[in-house]
Amino acid sequence: MDQSCEKVLVRGNEAIAMGAIDAGCRLFFGYPITPQNEIPEYLSKHLPPLGGEFIQAESEIASINLLLGASATGSRAMTSSSSPGISLMQEGISYMAGSELPAVIINISRSGPGLGGISASQGDYFQATRGGGHGDYRVLVLAPSTVQEMYELTYLAFDLAEKYRNPVMILGDALLGQMKEPLIRKKPPPMDLPPKDWALTGAKGRKPNRIKSLYLQEGELTEHNWKLYKKYERMKQEEIRFEVIETEDAHLIIVAFGSMARVARSVVEMARREGVKVGLFRPITLFPYPEKPLREISRRVKHFLTVELNTGQMLEDVRLSVERDAEVYFYGKPPGALPTPEEILEQLKKYYGRSGSA
Amino acid sequence: MEIVFKRPECLIDVPFHFCPGCHHGIVHRLVGEAIDYFKIRERTIGVASVGCSVFMYDYFNIDVLEAPHGRASAVASGVKRARKDLIVFTIQGDGDLGAIGIAEGIHTANRGENITLIFANNGIYGMTGGQMAPTTLLGQKTTTSPYGRNFTYDGYPIRMAEMIATLEGSAFVARVAVNNPSNLMKAKQAIRKAFQMQIEGIGFSMVEVLMSCPTNWGLSSLEANRRVEEEMIPYFPLGIFKERKMADYL
Repeated sequence: MDQSCEKVLVRGNEAIAMGAIDAGCRLFFGYPITPQNEIPEYLSKHLPPLGGEFIQAESEIASINLLLGASATGSRAMTSSSSPGISLMQEGISYMAGSELPAVIINISRSGPGLGGISASQGDYFQATRGGGHGDYRVLVLAPSTVQEMYELTYLAFDLAEKYRNPVMILGDALLGQMKEPLIRKKPPPMDLPPKDWALTGAKGRKPNRIKSLYLQEGELTEHNWKLYKKYERMKQEEIRFEVIETEDAHLIIVAFGSMARVARSVVEMARREGVKVGLFRPITLFPYPEKPLREISRRVKHFLTVELNTGQMLEDVRLSVERDAEVYFYGKPPGALPTPEEILEQLKKYYGRSGSA
Repeated sequence: MEIVFKRPECLIDVPFHFCPGCHHGIVHRLVGEAIDYFKIRERTIGVASVGCSVFMYDYFNIDVLEAPHGRASAVASGVKRARKDLIVFTIQGDGDLGAIGIAEGIHTANRGENITLIFANNGIYGMTGGQMAPTTLLGQKTTTSPYGRNFTYDGYPIRMAEMIATLEGSAFVARVAVNNPSNLMKAKQAIRKAFQMQIEGIGFSMVEVLMSCPTNWGLSSLEANRRVEEEMIPYFPLGIFKERKMADYL
């Protein structure tokens, strides 16, 4: 093992904070909410000694707007929250998408609707992947499944935010945020990024820079929306990330992301031990959704079981991705207890029988 | 021939879109003069709020960022925390600061953010067509208080300068008017002072400017100026409410 990198046992939330620091983030703005408090707590301790700034804001609305301001200077900045707080931030996220500002937003989601509860849930999938606020925009959404990924994807999020000048969201949940796993704290290789000639640094020796989302002149806003659209299309070309496990000879494939994919992984192992040929498709980018690779697989495999901690949200993207003759089944567990691998295996066998291979 | 009076360098040579008799143009000019006076044009960032002041970027020859409605002081704080070497100011209207953004305004002042806030108080929502504002006077008719503002239903006009001055975090708080040359000269001094406080790192500065809105008040420019004197100033007294000498107050 490379001795230069640290191996530590940390919570998912701390891994996110470490990923942010290693990515050069020196500004954090947030408001307390369970189950993400370890992120602001860690950063309130570790940013000031690095010359950074930590503000516990008066609300998530203030947090996202402090982030908007900091981001406009070209500085790396972040906020984190959980579902109800992320709802409050949607206005600001829409403005940042419209103003083409990079920013990293962490959602260690809890359960809803309303005050809901603090258990793990994937009920924010639609909000995260469909824009979330007003207007025709998207944010890039990364869904980690391990503590290691919470570190790595947070680091990546800062690069992608600057590459596209667009907000990037990390969508985790209570389970991922709170659990401890070993983390190898090693920075990924640097990414080639465009110059930040748009940043507000004072109009010295150049024309003033303007960062805004108001376009009133005839045709301006149409053009602006098409420009944003092209950016989202470019993300679809360049940023698709996913993992496949045992899909080569599978007759049925489970599709799951985040914490649910951890359970699904166990299901695949259990099923394989019984000779049941199933695989796992795990999207890592939720927007852009890995449509093409999933479609490729569906030319061969005709049965898909989508498993989510909700009543069926990613299900829509799976249905939109696969070939029309493929069957997509769903097993959902709204917030409360996580389903056991045995429970999913039992469901899976019902459908596996239909694949003509049992 | 010597030029003794000219357009501030940090204002672009274009006509303002503001209605005839509106005081926004005067306030832009006073802010521009302060920026020129301290020679900080090349390191000043303006934060445009939502309302008639949103078009700040069309008039100021400086870097400008547009904030969501009510959030200008939070946005300005974010800019300043990221780049403490920059001078950051915002112009917020009464709807922006006194209603939708009152939480952000109060907490920005309370944290003592080293920024300058120009509070444009004309007692009405100008850009949306004359609805009742948090600073609309009792009895004043607007499109959403057609019978006149009644405290039983609508509450009382908020005195922002007095409220912000009570916060330990604020360093300089003043209320001025620009309805006559004498008031205008005091306003010029107050705005300059507010920028000076920021430059010297003393802390949060706010200047509330009582402004006219002839269009939505349904008055001529002259009548509107008179209304500032006769109706607004008695309820919103002019003066300096807070002036700290050093950065560390307590």
